[in-house]
Amino acid sequence: MVFEFPNFVPALAEIFVLTMACVVLIVDLFLTERNRVITYLLSQATLLGAAVLTVSLHNNSTELTFSGGFIRDGMGDVLKVFIYLVVAVVFLYSREYLVVRKLFKGEFFVLGLFAVLGMMVMVSGHSLLTIYLGLELLSLSLYAMVAMHRDSMPASEAAMKYFILGAIASGMLLYGMSLIYGATGSLDIGVIADTLRMSPGDDMVLLLGLTFIIVALAFKLGAVPFHMWIPDVYHGAPTPVTLFIGSAPKIAAFAMVMRLLVDGLGPLHVQWQDMLVILAALSIVAGSVIAIAQRNLKRMLAYSTIAHVGFLLLGILAGTENGYAGAMFYVLVYALMTLGAFGMILMLSRAGFEADEIEDFKGLNERSPWFAFVMLILMFSMAGVPPFVGFYAKLAVLQAVIDAGLVWLAVLAVLSAVIGAFYYLRIVKYMYFDKPGDESALQSNFDMRATISANGLLILGLGIYPSGLMALCVTVLR
Amino acid sequence: MIALSDFLILGALLFCISLAGIFLNRKNLLILLMAIELMLLAVNINFVAFSHYLGDTAGQVFVFFILTVAAAEAAIGLAILIVLFRNRRTINVGQIDSLKG
Amino acid sequence: MKGVYLTVVLAPLIGSIIAGLFGRKIGKTGAHGVTIAGVALSFLMSLVAFKHIVIDGAPTFNESVYTWLISDGIRLEIGFLIDRLTALMMVVVTFVSLMVHIYTIGYMKDDPGYQRFFSYISLFTFSMLMLVMANNFLQLFFGWEAVGLVSYLLIGFWYQRESAIYANLKAFLVNRVGDFGFLLGIAAILMYFNSLDYADVFAAAPLLSDVTIQVFPGVEWSLLTVICILLFIGAMGKSAQMPLHVWLPDSMEGPTPISALIHAATMVTAGIFMVARMSPLYELSETALSVVLVIGALTAFLMGLLGIVQNDIKRMVAYSTLSQLGYMTVALGVSAYSAAIFHLMTHAFFKALMFLAAGSVIIAMHHDQDIRNMGGLKKYMPITYWTFLIGALALIGFPGTAGFFSKDAIIEAVHASDLPGSGFAYLAVLLGVFVTALYTFRAFFLVFHGKERMDEHTRTHLRESPLVVTVPLILLAIPSVLVGMVAIGPLLFGEFFADSIYVAAAHDVLARIGEDFTGALGFLFHGMLGMPVLLALAGVATAWYIYLQRPELAGLIKARFELLYRILDRKYGFDDFNEAFFAAGSRGLGRLFWRTGDETVIDGVAVNGTAKGIGWIAARIRQAQTGLLYHYAFAMIIGLLILISFYVLL
Repeated sequence: MVFEFPNFVPALAEIFVLTMACVVLIVDLFLTERNRVITYLLSQATLLGAAVLTVSLHNNSTELTFSGGFIRDGMGDVLKVFIYLVVAVVFLYSREYLVVRKLFKGEFFVLGLFAVLGMMVMVSGHSLLTIYLGLELLSLSLYAMVAMHRDSMPASEAAMKYFILGAIASGMLLYGMSLIYGATGSLDIGVIADTLRMSPGDDMVLLLGLTFIIVALAFKLGAVPFHMWIPDVYHGAPTPVTLFIGSAPKIAAFAMVMRLLVDGLGPLHVQWQDMLVILAALSIVAGSVIAIAQRNLKRMLAYSTIAHVGFLLLGILAGTENGYAGAMFYVLVYALMTLGAFGMILMLSRAGFEADEIEDFKGLNERSPWFAFVMLILMFSMAGVPPFVGFYAKLAVLQAVIDAGLVWLAVLAVLSAVIGAFYYLRIVKYMYFDKPGDESALQSNFDMRATISANGLLILGLGIYPSGLMALCVTVLR
Repeated sequence: MIALSDFLILGALLFCISLAGIFLNRKNLLILLMAIELMLLAVNINFVAFSHYLGDTAGQVFVFFILTVAAAEAAIGLAILIVLFRNRRTINVGQIDSLKG
Repeated sequence: MKGVYLTVVLAPLIGSIIAGLFGRKIGKTGAHGVTIAGVALSFLMSLVAFKHIVIDGAPTFNESVYTWLISDGIRLEIGFLIDRLTALMMVVVTFVSLMVHIYTIGYMKDDPGYQRFFSYISLFTFSMLMLVMANNFLQLFFGWEAVGLVSYLLIGFWYQRESAIYANLKAFLVNRVGDFGFLLGIAAILMYFNSLDYADVFAAAPLLSDVTIQVFPGVEWSLLTVICILLFIGAMGKSAQMPLHVWLPDSMEGPTPISALIHAATMVTAGIFMVARMSPLYELSETALSVVLVIGALTAFLMGLLGIVQNDIKRMVAYSTLSQLGYMTVALGVSAYSAAIFHLMTHAFFKALMFLAAGSVIIAMHHDQDIRNMGGLKKYMPITYWTFLIGALALIGFPGTAGFFSKDAIIEAVHASDLPGSGFAYLAVLLGVFVTALYTFRAFFLVFHGKERMDEHTRTHLRESPLVVTVPLILLAIPSVLVGMVAIGPLLFGEFFADSIYVAAAHDVLARIGEDFTGALGFLFHGMLGMPVLLALAGVATAWYIYLQRPELAGLIKARFELLYRILDRKYGFDDFNEAFFAAGSRGLGRLFWRTGDETVIDGVAVNGTAKGIGWIAARIRQAQTGLLYHYAFAMIIGLLILISFYVLL
């Protein structure tokens, strides 16, 4: 028997992140409070290095390695680079908040890096086993991050809820995987797809497995009625962790949906399309409506996330290349918008003041016209007002849905978006037409200001020139 | 000879018991953690059974990974439980409802 | 060349943005420095483009530079169509704009809104260039609305003055009426041609010349006539043709440089330019041309008459602008597009000159604009005097000046035309010449000659304006004299506009005149003995006699023709009618809708009711989020069971 070495090259970025996460963990032990910034810089360097590796390994072909358990392709590379970017910005936005609250510990960054590794494995998983492992690595890191603020009552409650519900979701995912394994006889995504294509059966075991997997995916994305954890976790977790959970993992979840449903269970499209229609419709309506009743901005953004997830599902359920590209565009844009919105909360917060109530944005225009304008861009974009990029994202998925013949769903989505526009515009109204409750000028670092401005301008710029990103999404999915 | 369906029914039953344990239990968080372990075991039975009848070892390998992950999960779950208990002095499921709406 | 064209457009925009956003930081010098640099660069690049297209004879440039989006096969894009017509307009616009920028340094010296003003006029230059360089209707509409917006902002520049606010609101509303037609026209084009690109539309137009549509049930109209008239309604608003002219005299509330740049030289000519650009469409509809002709003739004559009774120097010039725009419109009506563009160009120079000279007078008079308080300014302000005189001579078409060539060409063209309505138009434009000379020289004599009627304080402070004011005057005076002689040959009778303006052979009046054309000098000598020149001289003489020789005569005539004077003084009652009918009517209607329709039905039931309803629903649904873990888990399991029972078991 010959022992054959697997090809490590496609997974170099993952190996690098794993190594560096361990290095950061060790290095952090030897650092004192004063020079903990080294941990931060090392983490950023890790992300940068991973980005360099991913970009340099990028080509348009598809490579499989580790006995078909790991795949490197164009979509994966693009999503990974966006994950690095998003996480790097999360670290940057979080730094000051963490320092002020004495939470600036190595754990945040180490757990963050392990979560990144989990997401990378999810993105590149090409077997049920690797996808599961990536998901667990991500989830376990996130549970711990939510509970990181040990003295905070809401944080520990949020962590407990997240953990229990997340564990149930993993259980369901595994149950579904076991049934799929039994029905097709393989864990490999490619083999599963081939088997299904040969005998497109409505084997009950298979459909049951599919349903369980969809439930688990819906939970990860936060689609109604599997969304219950989102508001509580967003609300209870420390804002930087909320920012983390709300942004990059959605990209990874999108990848997981693509790998499992499209690459693996694609031949069952007819069956899963119907389920996703229900989930999408419920999510869009419920997310848009319930958000109106919220006074807490983090909670409001949680419901807005649920509505956005519904739109994301629209693109996927269409089942066309344009639909997938639209969904990918949507998730990338969504991550950028979320970054900006939570970044604004982080920027406004100070010691002993969270700035996460909607009222805290009152009169922001008088305190800082520029950042009020940045927030305006973000809110308009989330509401889907042209010419901001959120409009094109919605347009792309709606077109896909109409092409798929589901006009009623598109109409429903547009109506809900109109309702949803109300709560985004309410923030704009508070910023521009109300008197500020606190007159103090904004205080934050230069890098924070610069990045958040760039973030806002990027939303505007992509809105004026959306075709570049769109073309990228279309190319890598072809 | 025990048929494959017998194993699957056992797995399904265990899974249902664990689900019932999760939403019927209104008292103790620890029971929730136990129910989750049970759910994973139900899955393991499925995997082993399928693996055996398919003559494919991959399913059994998966079980090892699940067991490992379950251990890590339990560790984190208990850690969060302790944090929660320190903050609230209770692990009663019915009282953990400050975040809602 | 794409880079050059982009520079032409973007340089003023960048200047405007810098002056507008960072005006406080860069100060007054910075603001005018950066905007003038932008416009000067734009002017230079326009000259490069002009040389490239006109002198080197490069082919027409027609390319899109940026595609905004493609929806249903219709491309919304930004693109440039640079042919000789565009190149000429670019040079005119940027040159006048540059002069006005420089002039403004002196005129607005002490104004607190100095930087804002420069930002606006640069933004205007950008918008106007977008308009003339467009290669599709969308961009044309963008430029059209953008110049309207800046015009609105600038008329109300002194926003503390109530009259300025009234005037800019009026300009805005009247232009909306025109834009409504314009937009409908573009919509009709989109509907029937399925494209917004000029080239596509012009190519497809002859195929659709027989198509008729029912605007009202039972009445069949030619599609192209409808489109052309709708587009012309837009032009009527922007180029102030009767009855949508009412905003232009009031727009004189804005600072004088604006009156020169926007309300004389460039923006108001956008309508003329647009019709000339659309010549392939208009040539297919004689009805539309007739409408254009009659409206233009009415404007040219009747608005001129109003000039006679104006006492505000700027309003006098404004009415003369209206009248001259009428001349251009008449030229469009008889298919003498190149004559219209030619007059547009000469008019841009001499009218900007007259406005700026009037502004110079106003500076000297400490912002008193009433000509009854002036007189004898000649000896105090010699440069202003001579430049104003040049402008006035060009305006009345004195032989040899630029205005002579362009106006005479129009009159000849009308004479040669046999379109329905051309007889009436010929009469109107001929009489218009006499009227023009009368009011122009009335103002001229009252301002610069005769008794000094100003008060003592003003008289002691009278002096010539500074260099930044007089240099643009001199620079504008040069083309006001020369450009006609140089340009008439190639522009009217040469091949200059061969690629950009299409004239059907049956309508080609200029070709008919051109048969006798032997050169600018021949034209000059031929015209010197013609009716128009005699009428103009008669007008000057009348003005001289009434206002200098026998000043008491003016009062006598006024008393004698009381009724006529009253009609003119009320501007034929257009404003009164609009105020009594449209304004009061729409206010009443608005109040009705507001009270019953809006407040009770829409606000009460539809908007607030829906909002309340949704808010109520939201408050109920959010209670499902109980915060209890087992409820959450239960929801998940229910969801799972529903999916299973629907899709697996059934």
